[in-house]
Amino acid sequence: MDEILDYIGVKSIENLFSIIPEKIRIAGLNLPDGKNEREVEMKIKKILNMNKSFFEMPSFLPIIKPHYVPPAVDEIVGRQEFYTSYTPYQPEASQGILQAMFEYQSIICELTGMDASNVSMYDSSTALGEASLMACRIKKRNKILIPKNVFWHKKSVLYNYAKGANLKIVEVEYGEDGKIKTDINEKDVAGIYIENPNFFGIIDDRYDEIEEMKENMDAILIVGVDPLYLSIFNPPSYYGADIVIGEGYLGNYMNFGGPSLGIFACKKEFIRQMPGKIVGATTDINGKRAFCMTLQTREQHIRRGKATSNICSNQALCCIAFLAYVSIMGRNGLQRVAIENMKNAKYMADRLQKIGFRLPFNSKFFNEFVVVGNIDGKKLNEKLFEKNIQGGLPVNEYLKNGILFGVTEMHSKEIIDYAVEKIKDVMEEIQ
Amino acid sequence: MAKYDEPLLNEIEKRDDDKIFEVEREKLNIPNLNEREVVKHFIHLSQMNYGVDTGFYPLGSCTMKYNYKLMEKVVKNDKINYVHPLQNEKSVQGCLHIIYELEKMLCSITGMDAFSLQPCAGAHGELTGMLIAKAYFESIGEERKEVIIPDSAHGTNPASAKMAGFEVTEIPSKNGKVDMNALKNAISEKTAAFMLTNPNTLGIFEEEIIDIAEEMKKAGAILYYDGANMNAILGKTNPGIMGFDIVHLNLHKTFATPHGGGGPGAGPVGVKKYLEKFLPVPRVCKKNGDYFFDYNRPYSIGKISNFYGNFSVLLKAYAYILLKGRELEKITERAVLNSNYLMEKLRNAGYEVPFYGRRMHEFVLSLSKLRERGIKAIDVAKRLLDYGFHPPTIYFPLIVEEAFMIEPTEDESKKTLDEFADTMKKILHEDEEILKNSPHNMPVRRVNEVMAVRNAILTWNDLKIH
Ligand SMILES: Cc1ncc(COP(=O)(O)O)c(C=O)c1O
Repeated sequence: MDEILDYIGVKSIENLFSIIPEKIRIAGLNLPDGKNEREVEMKIKKILNMNKSFFEMPSFLPIIKPHYVPPAVDEIVGRQEFYTSYTPYQPEASQGILQAMFEYQSIICELTGMDASNVSMYDSSTALGEASLMACRIKKRNKILIPKNVFWHKKSVLYNYAKGANLKIVEVEYGEDGKIKTDINEKDVAGIYIENPNFFGIIDDRYDEIEEMKENMDAILIVGVDPLYLSIFNPPSYYGADIVIGEGYLGNYMNFGGPSLGIFACKKEFIRQMPGKIVGATTDINGKRAFCMTLQTREQHIRRGKATSNICSNQALCCIAFLAYVSIMGRNGLQRVAIENMKNAKYMADRLQKIGFRLPFNSKFFNEFVVVGNIDGKKLNEKLFEKNIQGGLPVNEYLKNGILFGVTEMHSKEIIDYAVEKIKDVMEEIQ
Repeated sequence: MAKYDEPLLNEIEKRDDDKIFEVEREKLNIPNLNEREVVKHFIHLSQMNYGVDTGFYPLGSCTMKYNYKLMEKVVKNDKINYVHPLQNEKSVQGCLHIIYELEKMLCSITGMDAFSLQPCAGAHGELTGMLIAKAYFESIGEERKEVIIPDSAHGTNPASAKMAGFEVTEIPSKNGKVDMNALKNAISEKTAAFMLTNPNTLGIFEEEIIDIAEEMKKAGAILYYDGANMNAILGKTNPGIMGFDIVHLNLHKTFATPHGGGGPGAGPVGVKKYLEKFLPVPRVCKKNGDYFFDYNRPYSIGKISNFYGNFSVLLKAYAYILLKGRELEKITERAVLNSNYLMEKLRNAGYEVPFYGRRMHEFVLSLSKLRERGIKAIDVAKRLLDYGFHPPTIYFPLIVEEAFMIEPTEDESKKTLDEFADTMKKILHEDEEILKNSPHNMPVRRVNEVMAVRNAILTWNDLKIH
């Protein structure tokens, strides 16, 4: 260290900081001494022991849900070459992750039927915010229609993204089938957002009606999707989508809500309005196939205040996890898991109906569904929690005593049977 | 670095590719592959990628420090991986404890009064901060539409201010620092905020910060701190004492969480007391020893992401702060020492340091003199790859021509810095053609980025057409 100080001609380390005025100097940090690795690991283990995981307490919460992650996914995203690297601004040193990103984009386009995908937004909520802004840029209007039944967290994020550009968000009612009403007549609409499956878990296969609605209003159609669902149902391109967004949870863990990734894809004609990083194929000077980030003039580091978005760091590693998951599962594996999800959800819904709950909407659903019983969801959850079960999400703001359940391939018949028994016990206790 | 002609996933030999299931979806071109092939594929790809563990990665402004393996271990735990964000609060006390404690630690490190961990990256924190500024002025019935930003600022600053609905006024720098006159002239009753990085993107400490804060206070405007360069000041000063009202941090820089090839990071936002009520919901609070979420915050801007931010990233930063404790100050000392040492070495090797003087944790060279020989910053950057170094950030900040922005971080040894400086010196005397055609021994030669824009081949389907 002295050698270095000598070289730069400074007497002590302190002198390096003499530029900072005395008035704003502080006397070190008010933190405890550092710990060794063992101490840190043990301390964190102990803290986390206050949590209960899905394996200790089965959970039926919707929105993000437990899924199995093949060990090879962890191995792949655990490669330091991927996880410690920065955004690949020097393509020659980053061909590996760039090719993976290109493959990720290709997979997203296969699933959604879109032509182009970026390498993620932060999550599905910010993706909705960005998609709405993009629709308004394309149409040069500022009104966005959204279903009334959108998870309120997502709505709140959307309102924040909409604020700066003064977007007008109009909420559209749903019908008795739980699906968004399509006979709406709004003027000056830039974008229409629908979800499929929607917040109630309902599958919307009114393909012609949806496309017609979009055409009547000459608006951008933004569709929120579940990537697993897309492996067995028609892609949004089938019914006129211009932008597709969603939560890219595959291969990623729940992690108390994040990180995951926001899927963002669109038709080719709109790529110059797309936010975020995009990777393209090209060649090197010898004509060999190579990859690099492209269309960067959309981005903040070049366009600054006029960029399509402020996003810089994104959720790239989650894209690699997503890609690794899909690669390992393949089309058949994805479809198998999707079918299992749907079957398990149906099984649970059937069982709940047998103990007195009803399905308020007579519609097909994927892996989430709403039931209504004669008990408030919050109260039911409290009682279930005492029996070591985490119930679904109460949705009283839409339906009195409504509860939204989420079920995946992780919910075996035994888990479902056990939970339904306990729900039945609670119902009997409160009678 | 290994070189493979690695096929795309859809070019790998398929296995059991027949359709098994009868489903609505007719066509889905996702290959069915043998797991063995998939793993080989990704291992090959990883071997064509440069990471922090590979070697020197002195990207200015990005703080590419070593990522402790301990952090990767502590987040591999069912008690977060399989914990749902909406579970009964009693079953997530561990997560809530970490959020609560990390917020307190960040307050103490930055001198701010309250933090929200919800933003997912630096730019997301900036947007959150700007929305807080907006909510504040709305609450006191003032319409302020302008945000002032120095021309040396990172691109996300103006982009975030714009996204929150502000008009951006860029002021020119003077001698690599904020020009006080330009700032004073730009300030008006319409000024909502001034966004500043300190030390700034040239690695220079803005010593007039006290006067700057005074000016903003006089104008009734907010002083915003872009915390990307926090690694330069830990334990020496902090944004709170400097007079900043809103701060964002990049946990993926100063607090050692890995960059993940572009993310996920975390961009917590800290504020002074008077702005606390505007922070995103929920806040984590504590009552009788139990933690709970408080959503009942009428002034809050609402939510900025799905749930509570990138939780596992937050946990890694928490572990890092536990590991280092008050000795975080030593990190700053070594980072600043390394940066000044490398700067002097490169200057002595013949490189130009605009606005020469002491630097904090990073510094910027200008390679504009090499233009006489037809050489650009990008040529030197690519040549560094041949010698096993990752190049620094180039062409940023915009106020330096042919900028070469170097941040060695605290983790690098003198030996590494010497080797880098020697290599830079050697490159300076190399033949022009060698530089212009570099790199020579990477998995690919110089990549044609112009053609990538022109052709816009963005998927394997596009590739088939071309
Ligand atoms: C000075 C500065 N500000 C802001 C940012 C944006 O941070 P992020 O990439 O986390 O959004 C960066 C990151 O590159 C930066 O260097």
